[in-house]
Amino acid sequence: MPDSLTQQMAPQPLLKMCEVSKSFPGVQALYQVQLTVQRGEIHALLGENGAGKSTLIKILGGVHQPDCGTIEIDGRAVAFSSPRAALDAGIGIIYQEFNLAPTLTATENLFLGQERSTWGFLQRRREHDRAQKFFARLGVPIPLDVPCSELSVAQQQIVEIAKALSREARLLVMDEPTTALTPAEVDRLMDVIGELRAQGLGVIYISHRLDEIQRIADQATILRDGQCVGTLKRSEMNRQTIIEWMVGRQIENEFPKQATVLGATRLEVKNLCRGVAVRDVSFHVRAGEVLGITGLVGAGRTETARLIFGADRRDEGSIHLDGRTLKIRNPRDAIRAGICLLTEDRKHQGLMLDRSVQENFGLPNLKEFSIGGFLCQRHERIAWSGYRDQLQIKVPHAETLATHLSGGNQQKVVLAKWLQANASVVMFDEPTRGIDVGAKYEIYLLVNQLAQAGKAIIVISSELPEVLGISDRILVMHDGRISGELLEPRQATQQQIMQLAVG
Amino acid sequence: MPSMPEGSNAGESKKRASRFSTARWLQPFVRDYGMLFVLLGLIGWFSVLTYTEQHPTGVDAGQQVARQIMQQQGAKARVLIVARPTAEDVAFTSAMATELSDLGASVLRVVNGDPKAARLAIEELSESGKQPTALAVNDVSSRWSVFAQSATTRDLPSFKPRTYYWPNFLKLSNLLGVANQTAVYAIIAIGMTLVILTGGIDLSVGSLVALASVASALYLRDYQGGAAAGLGGVVVGSLIGIVTCMVAGGFNGVMITMFRLPPFIVTLGVMLMASGLAFRLAGGASIPELPRSYFWLGGGTSYGIPNPILLMVLLYAVAYVVMSRTVFGRYVYAIGSNPEAARLSGVPINPCLIGVYMISGCLAGLGGVVLSSMLQAGDPKFGLMYELEVIASVVVGGTSLAGGRGKVLGTLIGAFIIAVIKNGMNLTNIDAFNQKIVLGAVLLTAVWLDTLKRGGWTAKSNR
Repeated sequence: MPDSLTQQMAPQPLLKMCEVSKSFPGVQALYQVQLTVQRGEIHALLGENGAGKSTLIKILGGVHQPDCGTIEIDGRAVAFSSPRAALDAGIGIIYQEFNLAPTLTATENLFLGQERSTWGFLQRRREHDRAQKFFARLGVPIPLDVPCSELSVAQQQIVEIAKALSREARLLVMDEPTTALTPAEVDRLMDVIGELRAQGLGVIYISHRLDEIQRIADQATILRDGQCVGTLKRSEMNRQTIIEWMVGRQIENEFPKQATVLGATRLEVKNLCRGVAVRDVSFHVRAGEVLGITGLVGAGRTETARLIFGADRRDEGSIHLDGRTLKIRNPRDAIRAGICLLTEDRKHQGLMLDRSVQENFGLPNLKEFSIGGFLCQRHERIAWSGYRDQLQIKVPHAETLATHLSGGNQQKVVLAKWLQANASVVMFDEPTRGIDVGAKYEIYLLVNQLAQAGKAIIVISSELPEVLGISDRILVMHDGRISGELLEPRQATQQQIMQLAVG
Repeated sequence: MPSMPEGSNAGESKKRASRFSTARWLQPFVRDYGMLFVLLGLIGWFSVLTYTEQHPTGVDAGQQVARQIMQQQGAKARVLIVARPTAEDVAFTSAMATELSDLGASVLRVVNGDPKAARLAIEELSESGKQPTALAVNDVSSRWSVFAQSATTRDLPSFKPRTYYWPNFLKLSNLLGVANQTAVYAIIAIGMTLVILTGGIDLSVGSLVALASVASALYLRDYQGGAAAGLGGVVVGSLIGIVTCMVAGGFNGVMITMFRLPPFIVTLGVMLMASGLAFRLAGGASIPELPRSYFWLGGGTSYGIPNPILLMVLLYAVAYVVMSRTVFGRYVYAIGSNPEAARLSGVPINPCLIGVYMISGCLAGLGGVVLSSMLQAGDPKFGLMYELEVIASVVVGGTSLAGGRGKVLGTLIGAFIIAVIKNGMNLTNIDAFNQKIVLGAVLLTAVWLDTLKRGGWTAKSNR
């Protein structure tokens, strides 16, 4: 009797990581980090990009091995030599990029690697039933016989969670699960996570969206520069403290908007059309103006920017810059005319991950860095170091491969390359997605600087506080059309935008 | 509330970081040219395996023997010189004879023939009463028994070139031979490197080699009078071969960019078409009616070095500069690394890709012209399976088939690794079947090393 009592009083934590350190060539990624997660607890892991969250998760997932420190699960010391070992120990990790085979159905993905079979023949009926059971447990219906590539991001995420559950995961790690979700989908994910907590699973939740953290997390551990800053209880979690701990200094104003004098109309687009994605979109941007474009995912914001940039071919419509009509057939034309686009997906569209940062920086600017087709690498290097210092890009040297940088630094490399291009119209598509508070602040400052230099700025964003905070004017899109315009963002509210966004 | 840690640990971690900075410049070199060490290792290995006694021949050897005789016997020496009738031995004997008479000794008789001829000569000498004081031979003729059978020569001091020990592999003639045979592959491999760097593949190069050789030879035979063709005709003929292949490469590029067909399929189609066309044009036979001047490029030498080697070195120098110092080179890497990012950065993807396939075709054509000049004919059977050997060179040289990663000079190293292994196996008498097995294993090892270098098979892409 006393035995069971003490067990109830002080249960072994589900996960206990003690003084975990890890270094890579040139970087001390983690230094004596502590992390304890109880059963039925949602534990938020916070930190700027490069703070060491990903490394910690990869150690937990068996991808990396720690240099020193211990990991205990249910009080037993474990060492994961491979991802497989971590999986067997009940740790399910859902990375930002999903590990689903796009051509296989949800069921097939769910049982990939653990197929039920007799004599090598699949028991399709049983798999189907079990899959249904898993999704019922999560309270989300998923079409089971459709290739995963046709599922929405939110649905794919649920498949990932179910996949982890099917492997009897007791600790679920979610890395930025909400970046690509609409508000409604986020709500549903929160419900699912709450349900998992009720079932006694531990959840490690990584996100940059502080409101989500405040909504669901029971505890929050904050990392900075590879070290544990501390752990906050639910009652102690307020926005101000979290941000201060993350950046290590005080930020008074999240959105440093400065008033600029608006000039003449710079960019004007008329009647842009492309299929059903963009229908009859017309607007203009003035010199020095920051135009925010928002709306739900799939409303046609990114598609509009891609039409202006020439990345996709438009069915109809014209683009004018400073009164001149532009002939834009491909991005090369747009860049030459002085329009640039910072894409939302920097890994696939913004960077050459296995080339050096300097090469990435130079790519759109080679005209400037070459004479008669021959490169002047010295000029390129000088220009690069200028931006490296100005944007405080943390990179060992110019030959570092882009893949080795953290998300925030990658975004800064993309920024540097387009700043060098010195365009008169700069379009940002989700410029702060997946990057941390400190880097966000720096990007907002930069947007201000560009506006003050008389450039026309377009910022596409799903984060309503951000759109409201940095824009001079806001366009809301719905279903390929502009559904409304807010002339005074200072006085506007998130509710107003949402009403326009849902049509 | 927990307190925030102080910054003392941050300084410590910076100190740890600086330890790695010295290796910073070495690392990229090993990454890009690590195969150089493999090549040097192979050269060392085959040098050890082929370390044998060397018998000097030719002019140098002749003069050397002449000087040996003069040292021992002075101007009163009367010499009988015996060697085989081969070109090398004739050079040996005549150089010795000239050297001896220049130094004042007398040469009784020079024999370039078989043992029978030697016996006749010895008999004639003894009949005419001329008694030689020295017998000059080389490694082969010294073993003939005729000298011991005749009283005239039985007790004569015999002189032959001094032998020494040196690896067969490292003989200059062998090294030049290896380089000469590799040149055609290596030249074509430049274009293949570019294609593979963009993430494509060009299977048509082997057939284009045949097509170029046939097109050039056909023009020279039918429009320039074959062997009687002038220098101008030869230049035009060579250009016709090269340009034909460049057009075929351009066709590859257009199909791949404008029609969005996979490179593998397009170049496979062109490979079949080009081969068929070459056979059709040549009527299935070899075309040997070519002028002498046509053989200069593949068979001639400049500054003592075979022309194909010089051409190869020149082209690699140009390719190195293009790939590392020009906008075009940068674009090629960008397209292979991330085509979408490249397009959105304003890289003209289609013109670049078409250009790359044209270069590949052009170099395959040049390879064909060099090969037909070397083998003194145009032949639709030339270039068979070249594409595989060339792709193997590129891959062994460290270029990733996924595109975006690799170096042209790596390809040169790769081509030489394959050539050295082949040559080394020939010198150590390994038969052709086993050679194939070894080469296949080498290819797999190279790719395996490449993946190890990138962090092993367990590492997923770094985030």
